[in-house]
Amino acid sequence: MSEGFRVAYFPGCTLKTDARDFESSALAVARALGIEVAELSRWNCCGTVYSLDAVNLMPRLASVHNLIRAEEEGFSEIMTLCSMCYNTLKQTNNLFTSKNNGLAAINDFLCLKPGYSGRVKIYHFLEFLREKIRPEQVKNLVVSPLDGVAVAPYYGCLLLRPKEIAIDDPEKPEILTPILSALGAKVIDFPLNNECCGAYQTAMHQEAVVRRTYRIINSAQSEGADMIAVSCPLCHYNLSALQGLVRSTHPGLKAMPILYFTEVMARAMGLDYRTGVRVIPQDVAAAEARLRPSPNDPGREAVK
Amino acid sequence: MTRLGVFICHCGKNIARTVDTEALREKAATLPHVVLAKDYLYLCSKPGQTMIADDIREHHLDRVLVAACSPRLHGKTFAQTAQRAGLNPYLLDMANIREQCSWVHIDGAEGTEKAFSIIKGGLGRLLYAEPLEPFQSPVTKRVLVIGGGIAGIQAALDIANSGYEVYLVEKLPSLGGHMAQLGETFPTLDCSSCILTPKMVEVSQNEHVHLLSYSEVTGIEGNIGQFQVTVRLRPRYVDETLCTGCGDCVPTCPVVVPNEFDQGLGARKAVYLPFPQAVPAVYTIDWDACLNTDKLIICENCYKNCEAGAINFLMEPQEKMFEVGAVVLATGYELMPVAHIGEYGGDGYEDVIDGLQFERMLSASGPTGGVVRRPSDGRIPQNVVFVQCSGSRDPEHGIPYCSKVCCMYTAKHALLYKHAVPDGQAYVFYIDIRAAGKGHEEFVQKVMSEERILYLRGKVSKIFKSGAKLVVWGADTLSGRQVEIEADLVVLAMAVIPSSGSQKLARTLHIASDLSGFFSEAHPKLRPLESNTDGIFLAGAAQFAKDITDTVSQATGAAGKALSLLANDFIKLEPTISGVEEGLCRGCGLCVSICPFGAVKMLPSTRTGAMVAGINPILCKGCGLCAAGCLSGAITLKGSSFKQIFAQLEEMV
Amino acid sequence: MKIILGNSHPQSLFAQRIEALSRQKLFACYQCGKCSSGCPMAESMDLLPNRVIREAQLNNEPALMSCRAVWFCSSCFACAVRCPKGIDIARIMEAVRTLQMMDGKSITEKPSCEDNGTLPQIALISHFRKFNM
Ligand SMILES: Cc1cc2nc3c(=O)[nH]c(=O)nc-3n(C[C@H](O)[C@H](O)[C@H](O)COP(=O)(O)OP(=O)(O)OC[C@H]3O[C@@H](n4cnc5c(N)ncnc54)[C@H](O)[C@@H]3O)c2cc1C
Ligand code: SF4
Ligand code: SF4
Repeated sequence: MSEGFRVAYFPGCTLKTDARDFESSALAVARALGIEVAELSRWNCCGTVYSLDAVNLMPRLASVHNLIRAEEEGFSEIMTLCSMCYNTLKQTNNLFTSKNNGLAAINDFLCLKPGYSGRVKIYHFLEFLREKIRPEQVKNLVVSPLDGVAVAPYYGCLLLRPKEIAIDDPEKPEILTPILSALGAKVIDFPLNNECCGAYQTAMHQEAVVRRTYRIINSAQSEGADMIAVSCPLCHYNLSALQGLVRSTHPGLKAMPILYFTEVMARAMGLDYRTGVRVIPQDVAAAEARLRPSPNDPGREAVK
Repeated sequence: MTRLGVFICHCGKNIARTVDTEALREKAATLPHVVLAKDYLYLCSKPGQTMIADDIREHHLDRVLVAACSPRLHGKTFAQTAQRAGLNPYLLDMANIREQCSWVHIDGAEGTEKAFSIIKGGLGRLLYAEPLEPFQSPVTKRVLVIGGGIAGIQAALDIANSGYEVYLVEKLPSLGGHMAQLGETFPTLDCSSCILTPKMVEVSQNEHVHLLSYSEVTGIEGNIGQFQVTVRLRPRYVDETLCTGCGDCVPTCPVVVPNEFDQGLGARKAVYLPFPQAVPAVYTIDWDACLNTDKLIICENCYKNCEAGAINFLMEPQEKMFEVGAVVLATGYELMPVAHIGEYGGDGYEDVIDGLQFERMLSASGPTGGVVRRPSDGRIPQNVVFVQCSGSRDPEHGIPYCSKVCCMYTAKHALLYKHAVPDGQAYVFYIDIRAAGKGHEEFVQKVMSEERILYLRGKVSKIFKSGAKLVVWGADTLSGRQVEIEADLVVLAMAVIPSSGSQKLARTLHIASDLSGFFSEAHPKLRPLESNTDGIFLAGAAQFAKDITDTVSQATGAAGKALSLLANDFIKLEPTISGVEEGLCRGCGLCVSICPFGAVKMLPSTRTGAMVAGINPILCKGCGLCAAGCLSGAITLKGSSFKQIFAQLEEMV
Repeated sequence: MKIILGNSHPQSLFAQRIEALSRQKLFACYQCGKCSSGCPMAESMDLLPNRVIREAQLNNEPALMSCRAVWFCSSCFACAVRCPKGIDIARIMEAVRTLQMMDGKSITEKPSCEDNGTLPQIALISHFRKFNM
């Protein structure tokens, strides 16, 4: 990874809109840890969910464009925050490094000279934290430790599957454990933390996704979780925004705060990151507010 | 004047279909030194062989080429024919015009042409062949059996009962292997220890058996008929000759550790007898668990309580060396650790256990006294899920093969569970039921119908804890539905894998193992009891997963193989081994490091006294590696000399 | 429905198209059902994932061209990481989805976001990705 901790950063669309707090908290945390984050000056949508069609290359072009831009800007590595961007960029890039090399076809198609080299590396912020930052460094920056707060990390699919892109053991992920522990949280390892939230089916088959929301939150809750930490805006939406719908069939389910892991970090480090854009149901927000408010937590602003 | 004979076989249509044997004969007859060329329908038949023998005599042939199949198949047949006709068998050679010629060619002209060049090559080689005589080596009439499970016990008994001495080496403190851990056995539900213990006692009391328990084979040198064996006896810290087996040492021992024999479900002391019927009935101090160390004695409780004075904290490992003529390998199997399967919880859930742990629960002498209890809270489980093929038939994450015994023991487990907990429910997830043994299918069907066990056809994807229960996510592919079961206990039929340390043993013994790590047999069909090293035989689960019936059959077979070897005072060894031309050897020693069998040593030359390579004819397998490696060309592989090989190549190209 | 195999069987063309689109070996599947056991969306599927593969092995074009299961797949790869034969079932689901779309069977229902307008882009764009050509 980059020397002097300067990293090229690919935000992706949702981090500039609904998930602005994800980005702002991550940037605040990075700054506090002495990591210089340089956003690609030009980028486009990663293409979202990776196309599995082995024949049609078209759906991969969006990702390829980003890889080419990174190269043009002299970056050999790109870091992402959004799990889906990570997954899609990485799977696309693997197309060029695997045996079944699609590089020539893509470059021909784009009529690019010299074209993409296939050499850019994609990684997720969590991998960076694991490899470059010691938990003590995080611990040293904590001003309002999460003493006693039970945080359940939720990984979902996109960081763990398929196995070629896994950043951790797909069946027993624990990459967030040292970080959350350093914040003083009680880490809840719940069995459904690598289960799919239903992903994009939320747009088409909402009932099916609501069932997932219920199961996942219920599992975390019965293991004693006070909140769930995520790293994907789609997981965030399905686990958070759909809670109201869950309660219409499962009234007993208590509201469960869903936060990006970087938000959890920023709060414990006493960093101001709120952008004011948060799409969170009332009761979830209320549950979040009930979690031991910390004296150093700046601006607990009203929820939109 | 050389007189060559060429015999060409049609092999029915096997060769004749794509090779014009008649044309071939006509062409062969014109080759230099050939005085006779014939073709025949089946040369390996009795009349075919008689014809060759008669022709050798009648035409005074001094070298014969048989163009037919692979010498691996009929090399011996024709060598004997030559011998009968008074021709040195090493002056008869075979040219293989079947496997790599007629079988792989479709076009007749091509096939015939290739067959001709193979014959020309064969003749070239034959011209430089030299007559060779086999030599003899004495047979030591003793057998080493490694592994004291049912396979090793059975083999040792069969050999000892024929009046030969046996060394039986077992690495654990007691004989018995896994069979000693089982409760009842499929398909007859015999009590496992009731049928095993008499055999354990018998083998330990047999005057011909030297039982070396708590020991391991650390070295083997030599060859069929004469293996020099080194065994390391681990110190028990209890004198075997003095220990009366009273057990007075146990109560005051302060150290409690999990008992391996109970698969970790029960506990034992640091001084222990693995199980009541252990053979030898001698206590052992587990030095890793004991408070004492080699430097410091801090606890003498057992020492003080032993009236026989058998405890000796200063005991040292011993080495024992002896010679045997044959070896039977019976080191058995292990189960793949549950930790291997992350989606089933790794080893994180106490109530997800493997089949052997369940056996210990079912055993009357086990940690729960034969009552089925959950390890976590001791409660009697009401819903038990059995998962077959856990790790087996999974080339992607586990092992590719079928572990062979799990279908049967799972049916047995379900049945015994129902007998123990009649109001409980057992579910079995399976992919296929493999019950091909005698009485096996009937057994499984009976379990299903009489015990009303629900068999679900699907592989479980995930097991996780929810409160005190375990949630099992499976599918029933027959109804096309997902299945979710809240279980109290899950029993995984974990894959059967070779016992740990068998790879090391394979290296010590210079024998091959297959991709899965089981010892390889010399031929999968025709020599299943022999390893690829002469004189080393295979028995039981060390060769591949199998049940007790098959284990015992194979053990008796391996013993029979060893006995037929011991019936000879000498064995004949092939003369096709390497030889050194001392005058050419410059003493570099490269061959010593090349030889995989340790057959080459640097020795002072009898003529000049300089160090030159010497080949031990008994150890040499005739692989020819040293000959190919020698930079001075001083080594020749008899029967395949460089002259022969170059002549063959020259004729062919 | 009875499946007629043998000479009248049109050379498994459909199965071959699935193999080409997915680059997966259909006949490596031994129908253990592990993919179906752990599929998060199976409750909503009319055919379980292992059945989708089975019908493909049988070259049962009508069954697959009308099956709705593939539209419920969330491409989570839970099946793929656990399949003992290393088959990427999600790719087979996608291949069948693609074939249905090529046949004009693209799902026409509007995304439910129109109702509340709160869906994040990531959901919307993924949805268009998966459910349209
Ligand atoms: C859960 C379960 C239930 C079963 N139930 C039945 C049943 O009901 N009926 C049935 O027919 N079969 C059953 N089987 C199969 C049965 O256990 C085997 O067929 C049998 O134990 C094989 O015997 P073995 O002697 O070849 O191997 P093992 O029993 O494994 O014995 C091998 C012995 O060699 C020793 N050893 C290993 N390595 C070395 C070494 N390097 N040096 C010295 N010694 C060594 C070991 O300590 C052990 O004592 C069951 C298997 C399992 C897993
Ligand atoms: S898990 Fe793999 S082998 Fe098993 S049914 Fe599914 S695709 Fe076939
Ligand atoms: S990828 Fe699709 S078929 Fe496979 S488990 Fe996930 S939702 Fe089910």
